[in-house]
Amino acid sequence: MSTAQEKPETPYNFAYLDEQTKRMIRRAILKAVAIPGYQVPFASREMPMPYGWGTGGVQVTASLIGPDDVLKVIDQGADDTTNAVSIRSFFAKVAGVKTTTHTKEASLIQTRHRVPEMPLSENQILVYQVPIPEPLRFLEPRETETRLMHALEEYGLMHVKLYEDIARHGHIATTYAYPVKVEGRYVMDPSPIPKFDNPKLTNSPALQLFGAGREKRIYALPPYTRVESLDFEDHPFRVQEFSEPCGLCGASGVYLDEVILDDHGGRMFVCSDTDHCEGRREAGHRGHLAGAMGAPGAEAAE
Amino acid sequence: MSAPIDPGEAPLLSVERLTRFYGERLGCRDVSFDLYPGEVLAVVGESGSGKTTLLNCLAARMKLSSGAVRYRMRDGEMRDLAALGEAERRFLMRTDWGFVHQNPADGLRMNVSAGANVGERLMAIGERNYGEIRGSAHDWLSRVEVPTDRIDDSPRAFSGGMRQRLQIARNLVTAPRLVFMDEPTGGLDVSVQARLLDLIRALVAELRMAALVVTHDLAVARLLSHRIMVMKEGRVVEEGLTDRVLDDPQRPYTQLLVSSILQV
Amino acid sequence: MYVAVKGGEAAIANAHRLLAERRRGDPAVPALTVDQILQQLSLAVDRVMGEGSLYDRRLAALAIKQARGDLVEAIFLVRAYRTTLPRFGASLPVDTGKMAVERRISATFKDLPGGQVLGPTFDYTHRLLDPDLEGEAEPEPAATAEDPGEGAMARVTDLLGEAGLIEPDPESDGEPGDLTREPLSFPAPREVRLQALARGDEGFLLALGYSTQRGFARSHPFAAEIRMGEVEVEIEVPGMDFSVPLGRLKVTECQMVNQFRGSAAAPPQFTRGYGLVFGHAERKAMAMALCDRALRARELGEDETAPAQDGEFVISHCDNVQATGFVEHLKLPHYVDFQAELELIRRLRAEFEDREGGQEREAAE
Repeated sequence: MSTAQEKPETPYNFAYLDEQTKRMIRRAILKAVAIPGYQVPFASREMPMPYGWGTGGVQVTASLIGPDDVLKVIDQGADDTTNAVSIRSFFAKVAGVKTTTHTKEASLIQTRHRVPEMPLSENQILVYQVPIPEPLRFLEPRETETRLMHALEEYGLMHVKLYEDIARHGHIATTYAYPVKVEGRYVMDPSPIPKFDNPKLTNSPALQLFGAGREKRIYALPPYTRVESLDFEDHPFRVQEFSEPCGLCGASGVYLDEVILDDHGGRMFVCSDTDHCEGRREAGHRGHLAGAMGAPGAEAAE
Repeated sequence: MSAPIDPGEAPLLSVERLTRFYGERLGCRDVSFDLYPGEVLAVVGESGSGKTTLLNCLAARMKLSSGAVRYRMRDGEMRDLAALGEAERRFLMRTDWGFVHQNPADGLRMNVSAGANVGERLMAIGERNYGEIRGSAHDWLSRVEVPTDRIDDSPRAFSGGMRQRLQIARNLVTAPRLVFMDEPTGGLDVSVQARLLDLIRALVAELRMAALVVTHDLAVARLLSHRIMVMKEGRVVEEGLTDRVLDDPQRPYTQLLVSSILQV
Repeated sequence: MYVAVKGGEAAIANAHRLLAERRRGDPAVPALTVDQILQQLSLAVDRVMGEGSLYDRRLAALAIKQARGDLVEAIFLVRAYRTTLPRFGASLPVDTGKMAVERRISATFKDLPGGQVLGPTFDYTHRLLDPDLEGEAEPEPAATAEDPGEGAMARVTDLLGEAGLIEPDPESDGEPGDLTREPLSFPAPREVRLQALARGDEGFLLALGYSTQRGFARSHPFAAEIRMGEVEVEIEVPGMDFSVPLGRLKVTECQMVNQFRGSAAAPPQFTRGYGLVFGHAERKAMAMALCDRALRARELGEDETAPAQDGEFVISHCDNVQATGFVEHLKLPHYVDFQAELELIRRLRAEFEDREGGQEREAAE
């Protein structure tokens, strides 16, 4: 699958966007890197995929990608979900770049809703697709008001919500898109990654960029940025724990997808990060259900 | 009721020729006074007399057309409120000041629990211990006589009197030095009013807060305030110690106001 | 047996082939040509040009064909193409006063210089399905005016303006904003709002405009003038002291005249709501004019109480390409987030059952 084409077979500019647009986006990215966690407005363009399907991430990727880059695209942790396939083939077509499913081979990774299990390096950039960049949006619907709240660091309302969760459920009931505070200043939406992935955001060697196309915002976490998940001292942030390891590769301490096996309630848990799972199985790891079935995804990828 | 004023103390709030117009129409004009720590000042008058305009200007919720309002910050410095930045103004409003609205729904967050309503100010100034926030909420609910087992209930399920007591707790949790009250007992039953007034009077004395109470009800003014300012058509027509003004009104308008209430 | 639930490339490619086949339909029926769409579905073409915000009839017709007649999808195709076009410059404002008028009506004056020109309109037709159209029946040739006149007609609002009865158009203060090149911020200036409305979804703006007529931001509108026809597009070239014509565009313009305002200092005047759209799109131009006027509430010192007056609400939600994308993204997998919620609800239920169980035990003791 990962074959570099000689030359893009399209009448479009390299990576689709014209160079002026790319420069505009790069300026927004630079500003975002300079002010970690701050949402920089940018003049988002219409892209050939729908809003809400990754147009922000695609524009960030398009403005950064060069002919020597190796691109990986994941959606829900997997390389073979429909939207990941679609975005990967888009860049293969309009930029002619090499693509990969292996995290360690990629120089640029565009993701929706997951951070890869394998730690990233300084030579990698992780681009998140963001649907709603404003962490305060569901507490205050008005942009004019939320921008003021960010400017004045008025984040008390955020904790009111967490307080209510604890009062009602005994613990914080936010499981994904769990808000974080960046370098002690801006409260930021990490995109709808499960809160399981939040600890991977802090102090990461990789540059992390967030693009929201429909909402026209870019924000960033420069390498080695301090990122804290909001919590209370006596109700500290905690990630999900799974009661069993991956059924295929036996991994624990990773995020798992639940797979329904039959209509009698039978189910199993498998790695959400398909590359991680395949890598482990190639290295000889076996989960307790691995012998009983074929390799998932193999038939679809052919 | 005599004011607990320390003669050597500087005023907390100093108002100089405060004037506010709405286009051509006058809101209030040339209002000047000082308010001292621990002192309760009642502003009385009919509707349209300018007392609500005055309140909104003092509480920095509305811009002045001319004049100045100065406030002594916790560091002792007198600051012109118009010169405060938005961040400073908001910080002042959620720490050192309180504002009790006539309609509790305007001052409460109706979609979160009573506990969260009381705890919000604490969280806004950086309190990050759930147990302590909840403890303060619990403590304040009992001080304002809201049953503490209602801590997780929505204010929507509260009666009018209970909502008003909750609003007071929400304001007082950061120990403000100055509280603005806009007809705090308006819209409540007479028996509920009396209990609420007793509560406010006790809390103000206990916490040694200064308060500025706007009311059309002279009975409220008599019960709560040390000093009274009578307003008519945007101007102050009479001012003085509460007992003196109510027992021996000098101006014809004040005499009319006083004589129009039933003597008990 | 475990079955891979995640889609693969082969499945997607197959789905796209099936789509292409469905688009074509029965091969025994001749394929629709782009020219046929251009000629016979011209109002659909105009809508796609307008909301696609690219004046190219042929591309719009192609988009309609490719989108199987789904106009929002066609608009989306045109927008995505528009993104790739470099910008060479900006034209001078078009002068609709010099329009070669094909249709021009006024609801405020029975007769006026230039007259009422009905043009091609559905107005006054009986909406009876015409079985003759099943066949190839050719319509009777339309009558042509003996004296087509000059074409150019003074705008009704200019006539009112001369007498000072209507607020003047605001003087431009420098470079207008550009919705497609600069991020939107609120409150948006009027020219940016107008750009958003011109690209906005006809159905959404129609409903909002309608709501203003039903009392949600009532502004007592009169359709002072609706005109449709071609206007010249000109560009200024540096070093030349005259402007150079580039070509002609067909546009529809609607000028609504609304309830007046005045004050002690200024005499009462009518206020304006403005709509201008590519092609022949009367409903859209009228809805736009109603919305424009409603969005001027703050500027005109009116209370902002209705949805149509809320700039942030209207402008943030009027774009159907944005709206359709985000609504339809709910089709994308959300396994990860759902898994997290599933885990939480199981835990909450388990805790609930533990509590209930505990209470029952207590009660039993």
